[in-house]
Amino acid sequence: MSVTKYESQLREPLVNGDKTYGQVTQDIVNTIEAKPTRLWYIGFYVSVALLMFGVYSVYREVTYGIGQWNVNRTIGWGWDITNFVWWVGIGHAGTLISAILLLFRQGWRTGVNRAAEAMTIFAVMCAGQFPIFHMGRVWMAFFTLPYPNTRGPLWPNFNSPLLWDVFAISTYFTVSLLFWYSGLLPDLATVRDRAKTKLRKHLYGVASFGWSGSTKHWQRHESLSLVLAGLSTPLVLSVHTIVSFDFATSVVPGWHTTIFPPYFVAGAIFSGFAMVQTLMLILRKVMNLQDYITLGHIEAMNKVIVLTGSIVGCAYLTELFMAWYSQVPFEQDIFFKYRIAGPYGWSYWLMMTCNVISPQLFWFRKLRRNVLFTFIMSIVVNIGMWFERFVIIVSSLYRDYLPSSWSIYYRPTIWEVGFYLGTFGLFFTCFFLFSKYFPVIAIAEIKYVLKTTGESYKNDMSTLENKEVDEFVHEMHDHHEEGAVKVVHH
Amino acid sequence: MALKKFVVGCFEDEKVLFPAVSKVRKAGYKFHDIYTPFPVHGLDKAMGLRDTSIHTAGFLFGMIGTTTAVTFMTWVFTKDWPVNIGGKPNFALPAWIPITFEMTVLCAAVGMVLTFCYICQLAPFVKRHHFHPRATDDLFVMVIECGEKTNEEELKSFLANAGAQDVQTQVAEEGWWIGRYDQEQELYKEPNIA
Repeated sequence: MSVTKYESQLREPLVNGDKTYGQVTQDIVNTIEAKPTRLWYIGFYVSVALLMFGVYSVYREVTYGIGQWNVNRTIGWGWDITNFVWWVGIGHAGTLISAILLLFRQGWRTGVNRAAEAMTIFAVMCAGQFPIFHMGRVWMAFFTLPYPNTRGPLWPNFNSPLLWDVFAISTYFTVSLLFWYSGLLPDLATVRDRAKTKLRKHLYGVASFGWSGSTKHWQRHESLSLVLAGLSTPLVLSVHTIVSFDFATSVVPGWHTTIFPPYFVAGAIFSGFAMVQTLMLILRKVMNLQDYITLGHIEAMNKVIVLTGSIVGCAYLTELFMAWYSQVPFEQDIFFKYRIAGPYGWSYWLMMTCNVISPQLFWFRKLRRNVLFTFIMSIVVNIGMWFERFVIIVSSLYRDYLPSSWSIYYRPTIWEVGFYLGTFGLFFTCFFLFSKYFPVIAIAEIKYVLKTTGESYKNDMSTLENKEVDEFVHEMHDHHEEGAVKVVHH
Repeated sequence: MALKKFVVGCFEDEKVLFPAVSKVRKAGYKFHDIYTPFPVHGLDKAMGLRDTSIHTAGFLFGMIGTTTAVTFMTWVFTKDWPVNIGGKPNFALPAWIPITFEMTVLCAAVGMVLTFCYICQLAPFVKRHHFHPRATDDLFVMVIECGEKTNEEELKSFLANAGAQDVQTQVAEEGWWIGRYDQEQELYKEPNIA
């Protein structure tokens, strides 16, 4: 028993079924080696079609300018920045699962971390499009970078939250990518060594960087993952904090609040986990991975959803309270006249229903473990979180300090919507390719927890416990007597 | 290419592997390496490998990031192009915290990954000799280097007694070279296990 570490029998197994190491490899690599199903092709082509529509929408915006969108002088951010914040928020769950849950030693992360990290990378890719194309003259996007230029050199303003965003998002993308890919190396080597065709052997051979599984390499790899997790934990919190600074450091009523950083981070985790649920529920069904992404995993994520949903709800109520308590007329007008009532009141109440009220159903264990209900809720939460950003941006902007700049009711154009649909296309195209060409579950990490948390090993452990209980008690008894003798001697 | 002779033994279970490792060490044989499909905790200690200090590299790279960010922004805003922003101080340290933090994390992460690839000698198109195709699947592959005085047959039976299966001798290149896996390694065949 020296090798296997003790794991409580009260926790349910993380891997169902009587699996050996070989079967784990077989089950997961099978998704790469088998021909994709018809469903995969349909999904992939629909995604590519959406992506094409998005590309055309962006082409119109680049050619004819921001006027292709219905954003106007007061509602300058509209759908575009709403989508940006929404995608960045979704991009938070992957790193949360892989980094923070690694530091907290949550074993269940092993089943979902690979796909969640991939989701993070794709979501951040989508998010980045929006501020870049919102610049209008997108070919000058590189002006945000501090490089020695012929204009002085004129530097970007390092005191500006919008520039902080540039640094935060690009750092987040780079670090997530490195974390994800360094974790992939051993699994790509597994695929390489099982390759039955020359092309696959060559490509995975290149991609796996010549990984051999040497003990020294594993030792360094473990250390690398741990430090990257330690770096990513404050990073993931900082990114949405900085995104919230875009709003919080302004003087716009409804934005200028100190609660924004924690409130945005909780909201990001909330929406991110909802998206992970959506993808995992499809993935486990289509790829036949129910043994690895179990109901236990789904329940654990639903618990995170109900927790963060409640934090977000608490933040909404705090905002209302502070608006009243501050006695600032502008704040009070924004919240009580133009947000919960007024022409955009419907979006506020939609947000409240989706984000605060409906997730409370997850207090029931039966519902937390119901696959269909979880799937519906995951989509409801993401709709709610999109409307949260819409409410924050539009309802604060359409009634400015100056009534002369108050705007009429804002509706997006088809190209504004098309850009958003296009990022869905990009996201799902990437995700479909990922699910076909990469191991969607971290093979090595599953093998690592298999002997302690796999179903059959847990059963072995419990019989062992029962058998040796008398012996165990005797040992304890002896130790106590020794201790007692020592006390007497002192 | 410096070719060397190795004796290779495969283990199916960690419970057999660990006692075998200490037996091999006691007998005085020299490990080339043990290849495992996943990180086996405690194996590095059992083999007598020293701890890695890759995290120190991460710290140093992080410090480089911090100092670069702070000195650069200070130089830009106080020396190169001071801008009067509402009479606020040019040296606006609190406002630089976000960028300083991001640069620290970025440099530490990128630097550490590059260090990892360098010290492990991992890169695209790198080719190594793999002693067993199932080392990345479900076998723990122990490789022992044969010196001039090593009795090969004795070592083989020693490993077999310690619980190793499929014990064999291989002559192979120790390091890595630029190569292609599809040209230099056999394709996978379904194993004949019951």
